[in-house]
Amino acid sequence: MNTLSDKEIQHLYWRFGFGISPSQLKTARILSKRQIIDQLFSESRQSTALTMDLGALEKNPSELSKEERKKLRKLQRKKMNELNIIWFTQLTTTEEILREKMTLFFHNHFAVRLKMPRVCIHLNNIIRKHALGNFGDMLMEVSKSPAMLIFLNNRQNRKNHPNENFAREVMELFTLGRDNGYTEKDIKEAARAFTGWNFKKDGAFIFRSNHHDYGTKTVLGKTGDFTGEDVIKILLKEKQTAQYITKKFYQYFVNPIPDQDRIKQLSDILYNSDYDLRVLIQSTIESNWFYNTKNIGVKIKSPIELMVGLNRPFKVKYDDPKVILYLQRKLNQMLFFPPNVAGWPGGKTWIDNSTLMLRLKLASVILNSGIIEWNDKGDMPENVMMKQKYYQKMKTQIEKKVKATPDWDNFMSGLDQKDKITLSHYILQPEPSKIAKKVLKDLDSSDTKNFIVELLSLPEYQLC
Amino acid sequence: MKRRDFLKQSVFASGMTLIPSFLKGMEFLSPQQLSGYKNVIIIQLSGGNDGLNSIIPISNDIYHNLRPSIAKKQTQTLKITNDLAFNDNLKVIKELYDQGQVSIINNVGYPNPNRSHFRSTDIWQTASDTNQYLHTGWIGRYLDSNCQNPYQAVEVDNSLSLAMKGNQMNGIAVSDPNQLYKTTREPFFKNIVANTTKEMLDEDNQGYLYKTMLETYSSASYIHETSKIYTTTTEYPQHHFAKNLKTIADFIISGLKTRVYYSSLGGFDSHVNQLNSQDRLLKVYSEAIGALVSDLKKNNRFNDTLILTFSEFGRRVKQNGSRGTDHGAANNVTAISGSLKKAGIYNELPDLSNLDDNGDIKYTVDFRSIYATILNNWLEVDSHDVLNSDFKNLEFI
Repeated sequence: MNTLSDKEIQHLYWRFGFGISPSQLKTARILSKRQIIDQLFSESRQSTALTMDLGALEKNPSELSKEERKKLRKLQRKKMNELNIIWFTQLTTTEEILREKMTLFFHNHFAVRLKMPRVCIHLNNIIRKHALGNFGDMLMEVSKSPAMLIFLNNRQNRKNHPNENFAREVMELFTLGRDNGYTEKDIKEAARAFTGWNFKKDGAFIFRSNHHDYGTKTVLGKTGDFTGEDVIKILLKEKQTAQYITKKFYQYFVNPIPDQDRIKQLSDILYNSDYDLRVLIQSTIESNWFYNTKNIGVKIKSPIELMVGLNRPFKVKYDDPKVILYLQRKLNQMLFFPPNVAGWPGGKTWIDNSTLMLRLKLASVILNSGIIEWNDKGDMPENVMMKQKYYQKMKTQIEKKVKATPDWDNFMSGLDQKDKITLSHYILQPEPSKIAKKVLKDLDSSDTKNFIVELLSLPEYQLC
Repeated sequence: MKRRDFLKQSVFASGMTLIPSFLKGMEFLSPQQLSGYKNVIIIQLSGGNDGLNSIIPISNDIYHNLRPSIAKKQTQTLKITNDLAFNDNLKVIKELYDQGQVSIINNVGYPNPNRSHFRSTDIWQTASDTNQYLHTGWIGRYLDSNCQNPYQAVEVDNSLSLAMKGNQMNGIAVSDPNQLYKTTREPFFKNIVANTTKEMLDEDNQGYLYKTMLETYSSASYIHETSKIYTTTTEYPQHHFAKNLKTIADFIISGLKTRVYYSSLGGFDSHVNQLNSQDRLLKVYSEAIGALVSDLKKNNRFNDTLILTFSEFGRRVKQNGSRGTDHGAANNVTAISGSLKKAGIYNELPDLSNLDDNGDIKYTVDFRSIYATILNNWLEVDSHDVLNSDFKNLEFI
């Protein structure tokens, strides 16, 4: 297959990016598959780090008075919110979509929850730098970052006083996966190897030899006077690490239902390339199987994928960026605040009664002042009036609260055809359910804007 | 116009939901029926609460020797017996204990304990063996086998735990019943729901979305309408956990036909400087429970309510290098109610001279025995249907 259908292009862009705007789709349509993939990579050649003014946070807390420290904590919270919005804005505006998507994936792999903007932005930029590079390099640099050393208590891990936290999670969550070929004894021994890892005031890694346990350790059947670096290398040598990363990658990017043969094949490719993530991505998107119907429209979008996916084609502007934080919180995915070190579990766990209803309502809230105008053919006049009154009330409330401005003109101008079928195919990735088909049949598509909002409010839009 | 259409229209005009016919109408309990309607509140202390510093073997030398800098001193505790004492932040729990309303079950766990937070939480929530991976939770299976409506199990929290997920039915997750109700007013969504029948639902993710939507519609207006009946005047502490317990109290006292409530308090993963963090959390827990219990007592509902508190694992007996503790195994579980059969210390204290290879407490009570007891003796159903196996019944209720 040298070319991709619209649906397949949309699939590629939803999974390895955040969807595609009508005008981008128009451009991509005339390219070959090879050209589309090359373009995806070349757009992400650069790595644009997040930057923010940390201001007073550069100060050393130990030199501050109690009152000043209190102020500092408040500032930290404020800066964490600012950092969230900075990344969200980058996600919605960047051309480096592949890199950002991979960064989001690994943001959830190396899940750190701290209210410390300085170390969080640093960790995020490490991940971004390696997002299309080498997983082993990423793992090593992340493990030595202040964020990880703080979050998993490796600073407190010292000779004769080991702290197992990092040693456990590096095996359970970052490399081998839970219960995959390591024992409690391996964790205890590995913890000894990680003793002495610390960082200086400026955030640079430092090996404190007086805290390091120089004794002999046995980890995964290998014995030596290992350091932390040695243990990470041992973990990377395990094929299980490639297997675990690949499975997670497959379930995130390809299909939530794992295909063991495919995962084995990909994981060998990853292992044999010495953990080159670019090779893993290429092998996936250059294949035919990735575009198989069974892989299309079966993934539940994460809240960030959902929000960014709505924002990008409509170039939504927010008067009050706090709305972005509010929505993330209500949908249970605050950037930089994963629930715990295992990250967001994803998939069906995004969906419960409260989140689902808000997710369904989200498109109308951001793009149309909360209104999903729906008319039943058999509506009696009183009923129509009731609805209009309901819509008007909704509109006033949402406009006051959300203050979002979408660029509908730009979106509409990218659309070639505005018939029901074309629009449904473009907006809904999965084949509509029987229910949706029934609802769609009765919908009036003559008002294109209303019809698009209706499509975006169907449960099918929650999938990609 | 046909009669059916007329009904549909007038239902809409009167502001009611278009509920598909297979979904049950609204029912709530009158004050007479309310008495004797038993329910259970399950609270998970997430992160692995250190049971040894919550309910403390105060005269045990091994405890003091293995925890030179984090063992509690007598003065920091509230005496239960000569050998056992509460952390002094559990003041309210101690008061309830003195009134015979607390049962402490020691050494609760399971064979071959897993020390991962996530795996051990799954084991507790699905009631599985350590090497068995289940996709349904024990309360979800209780819903499947014994209940008609999803709202019979309600999680007052931001998301729905695995414990609440069944094969046919999931429990309801709600933190703000009003907001949930408002979103179901949308005419466009009502139309989708009105067009949905159960037979149309598939097993895949798409089917799951529709299924959740239907369950929401079947329960949101019920919960909203019913919970309006009572709003507490009892004062609760300013903490989201206390706020969640307040919502649960409103539900129970309003007469919601809910059997199981679920909520959690996180932050117990005390690898570093655990004294401050754990003490603070225990205080939050204790004060919130205090408000809940006094609310229930005021409204004569405490005798019909059981509050079960557990954590996915206990912590290592020996402290680590950073004045904290690493992940452990067996732990204590507390049951609080106005009608316990056996209050006090239910069984023997942990044997600190006989730890497992990791230095952790060995279990003597399988946590599924506690579940079985609640199902059989409290909710009065057959625990075998839910747990797929028979576990020894305990005698605290």
